[in-house]
Amino acid sequence: MGIEEHLGYNILTTSLEKLVDWGRKNSLWPATFGLACCAIEMICTAANRWDIARFGMEAFRASPRQADVIIIAGTVCKKMMPAIERIYEQMTEPKWVIAMGACACSGGIFDSYAVVQGIDTYLPVDVYVPGCPPRPEGLLYGILKLHEKILQDPFLTKKYRERLALRQEAV
Amino acid sequence: MNAAVELLQNKFPEEVVEVAEFRGDTTITVKPGHIVDICKALRDAPQTSFKYLSMIAGLDYLPQSPRFGVVYNLYSHRNHNRVTLKTRLADDAAPAIDSVVPVWSTANWHEREAYDLLGIRFRGHPDLRRILMPENWVGHPLRKDYPLRGK
Repeated sequence: MGIEEHLGYNILTTSLEKLVDWGRKNSLWPATFGLACCAIEMICTAANRWDIARFGMEAFRASPRQADVIIIAGTVCKKMMPAIERIYEQMTEPKWVIAMGACACSGGIFDSYAVVQGIDTYLPVDVYVPGCPPRPEGLLYGILKLHEKILQDPFLTKKYRERLALRQEAV
Repeated sequence: MNAAVELLQNKFPEEVVEVAEFRGDTTITVKPGHIVDICKALRDAPQTSFKYLSMIAGLDYLPQSPRFGVVYNLYSHRNHNRVTLKTRLADDAAPAIDSVVPVWSTANWHEREAYDLLGIRFRGHPDLRRILMPENWVGHPLRKDYPLRGK
């Protein structure tokens, strides 16, 4: 039969927090937010060669209300920033941000009046994925790092609640 | 001689400043005063028939004076040829020229772009708003004296 055969009638104990975090990390739903060439690499990551579904992330959502993580993939213009902020605010807690590519991390080569010099001037970024654009492996590595971070950041801790309060104050 | 050059030199001898020919492309520099009449003539005369406006570009020639210029790239589907119409605007502080939207309605967005990025005013434009920058933006970022990183 299955694994039950080997385990026998045993009970596995864990804390609720660990269980919830484990569940969260294994079914992160990203909001699609492709802005430039990085978006193509993000699409590749979702397609069959790299297959983001292996990490429970295949459900790219067009609605921010159904998403946990927003992957800012590409150059962010100042004109686009109000839209991104709005989408971020519409996402339900807990939520995470991945800055994908040199532009989203730091403005990249666009040292110019029209481009936001790093998305972290507006949003709390959890993982930076450098590269121009980063390969799908790079994005996957960033996602795995985010998984680690979710496991290390239990949702019932004081630290988490404080950060949440800070974020809500900022809004 | 080029039909467009001939037409302008016959109809607007006072307006034509310079005619340049470079590798088969004709560029006519005109004074900005009668730009709408000149464009209408080039569009309607059968020998030129420039019924299509490819683009309008605003230019900043800093530190020269006159500082600002407007360039019209025209195309004729009938004759399969192009002509470039150049003009320099007199006022360096508040550059302005008549709008050619009545001649080619596609000029609407092109002129809005030149207004947005260089601050050239187009008199008689039906809807002269910013088109690329956010609406509350201060300044015109394609001007040569605009700092690269913004103000």
